[in-house]
Amino acid sequence: MLRFVARRLVWMVITLAAISFVTFVVIKLPPGDYTTTVIANAEARGQDIPDSQIAELKRHYGLDKPFIVQYLTWIKGVVLHGDLGQSFAWNQSVASLIGNRVLLSMVLSIASLLFVWSIAFPIGIYSALRQYSGGDYLASFLGFIGMAVPEFMLALVMMYIGFRYFGQSVGGLFSPEYADAAWNLGKLLDLISHLWIPIVVVGVAGTAGLIRITRANLLDELHKPYVATARAKGLPEWKLLLKYPVRMSLSPFFSTVGWLLPGLISGETIVSVVMSLPTSGPLLLGAVKSQDMYLVGSFVLILSTLTVIGTMLSDLALAWWDPRIRTRFQKG
Amino acid sequence: MQPLLEVRSLRTHFELGDGVVKAVDGVSLSVPRGRTLAVVGESGCGKSVTARSILRLVEKPARIVGGEILLHPDSDGEPLDLLAAKDKRLRQVRWADIAMVFQEPMASLSLVHTIGDQIIEAVRLHENVGKQAARERAIEMLGRVGIPDPQRRVDSYPFQFSGGMRQRAMIAMALSCRPRLLIADEPTTALDVTTQAQILDLLQDLQQEFGMAIMLITHDLGVAAQVADEVAVMYLGEVVEQGPASAVLSHPKHPYTQALVRSVPRLGARGQDRLVAVRGTVPPPYERPTGCRFHPRCDAFMAGKCDVTVPTRVRSDEIDVACLLYGEEKS
Repeated sequence: MLRFVARRLVWMVITLAAISFVTFVVIKLPPGDYTTTVIANAEARGQDIPDSQIAELKRHYGLDKPFIVQYLTWIKGVVLHGDLGQSFAWNQSVASLIGNRVLLSMVLSIASLLFVWSIAFPIGIYSALRQYSGGDYLASFLGFIGMAVPEFMLALVMMYIGFRYFGQSVGGLFSPEYADAAWNLGKLLDLISHLWIPIVVVGVAGTAGLIRITRANLLDELHKPYVATARAKGLPEWKLLLKYPVRMSLSPFFSTVGWLLPGLISGETIVSVVMSLPTSGPLLLGAVKSQDMYLVGSFVLILSTLTVIGTMLSDLALAWWDPRIRTRFQKG
Repeated sequence: MQPLLEVRSLRTHFELGDGVVKAVDGVSLSVPRGRTLAVVGESGCGKSVTARSILRLVEKPARIVGGEILLHPDSDGEPLDLLAAKDKRLRQVRWADIAMVFQEPMASLSLVHTIGDQIIEAVRLHENVGKQAARERAIEMLGRVGIPDPQRRVDSYPFQFSGGMRQRAMIAMALSCRPRLLIADEPTTALDVTTQAQILDLLQDLQQEFGMAIMLITHDLGVAAQVADEVAVMYLGEVVEQGPASAVLSHPKHPYTQALVRSVPRLGARGQDRLVAVRGTVPPPYERPTGCRFHPRCDAFMAGKCDVTVPTRVRSDEIDVACLLYGEEKS
């Protein structure tokens, strides 16, 4: 087991190195660089920036150096000092820029995740056990609607409802009076009162999908002979269903749980843009548009790290959950 | 003496979209105490559905629509009708009185729970014993069915066992509560011939040791001849003949059984003799023939009689048979 984890860690480092390099290449692929954005913005304002000033900017940001030097300088900072570099557009360190928003992103994502799980699992299990009942049809109907309605649409509708019937300020995670205030109980309560709309919006599609997955997985297991054995043993119906088929049906869930980790940071960009939530998604979108390369690179690097870690956690969780996989690890 | 279990006019139907399939339609048979009854018949004749109906294990779209299943726990006491019993009472009968071994040892144990866990669960469900005592019972039973090193293997998972070992483990689990009746639904079909013989031997040994009755569902007349004391022959959802194994297999009464016995290949048979199959094919499931269900395939078909009159069970020598050839003699 330890050997397995160690081997996976080595591969993780290699994978991340490759990803960071490829990311850098991709960021550099479009013509121009950050100065192009600066010039375009200046022209839009009717100003003209002299060539000398552009050259100065390029030197300042290190954009005049060869590509490989830029990459190595950046990655050296990341590895040796944990320094993700500077954001050109915000004129701040990437770490401080992201840090503020990552926390809120995680709060939103974890809250929606709990919302999804607590709703989807019971409904999915119910749907499978009472297949083709009225309740199952209702759950399927609502599920398909949930999957079909685009999130931004739902966001707009929910914002309208929140404003019209609950008198909430439109968008954002805080009321205006708390937006820049320091953290206190009032601000926390204000956050919670705003959070439910994005949670529902973000969670609906996931809930709908998970209901369908849980239902299908469980239906596959319900009529297997081992369930008949358990029933023949005289176990009460609910107990045997939870112990045997429901447990089996959750394996696919464990194998995908790792994918949630990167979603915690980056997910729900569109919803955040529509509802102007101060999470990290809109920041990433803006950075890509303005070729704010260290900001983009750092984002991608963080997301890939989380993906790789998430995949490994997922494997470990699956091994813990499913003895068939666990015993295979123990042998090799 | 009362038989241990009596099935009377059991009817289990599959209610499908385009009609009703009467998989079991009037099965009557009895399982003698402490002996082995083999239920034989072609695929689709309703053997397995009968077996599952006894413990009310049939699932939608199948439904038990009629009949009685009488369990006589003592040879002279009041019988219990399992079809009329409340769910709670039925759950007490399951495994404690009647246990079951299924066809696929691969699929009938949970792969994510240890063998021990699954046996201990059954023991503790029906007997008021502690974890440790139940575990010792599990180890003892695993040893008894011939699993080597049971102290260690009790914590193994089924996927770490071979097919034969799994079926042994399944039998150990089935006998862990000392049932009066073990229903074995094609327990050796998925196994190779050597393992099959070992499992059948094991079942016979265990029967002598524990004194339980066995109801063995099989399509293999050879298996039936090897282990059965009694044989019941099923055709299209009913029992056409039941009697002592030696009588039924060597001097069958019903033309269907006669045809089945003729169709078994024999070692040492003369080379030029072709294997005789039962004539014709099984009729489509939605249409049962009128009169005797076997008449379209029967060599002894009597026009105007077999296709009109439904035969009733009569006793001829030691055998109960449902055939008009014998009804005549009686009246």
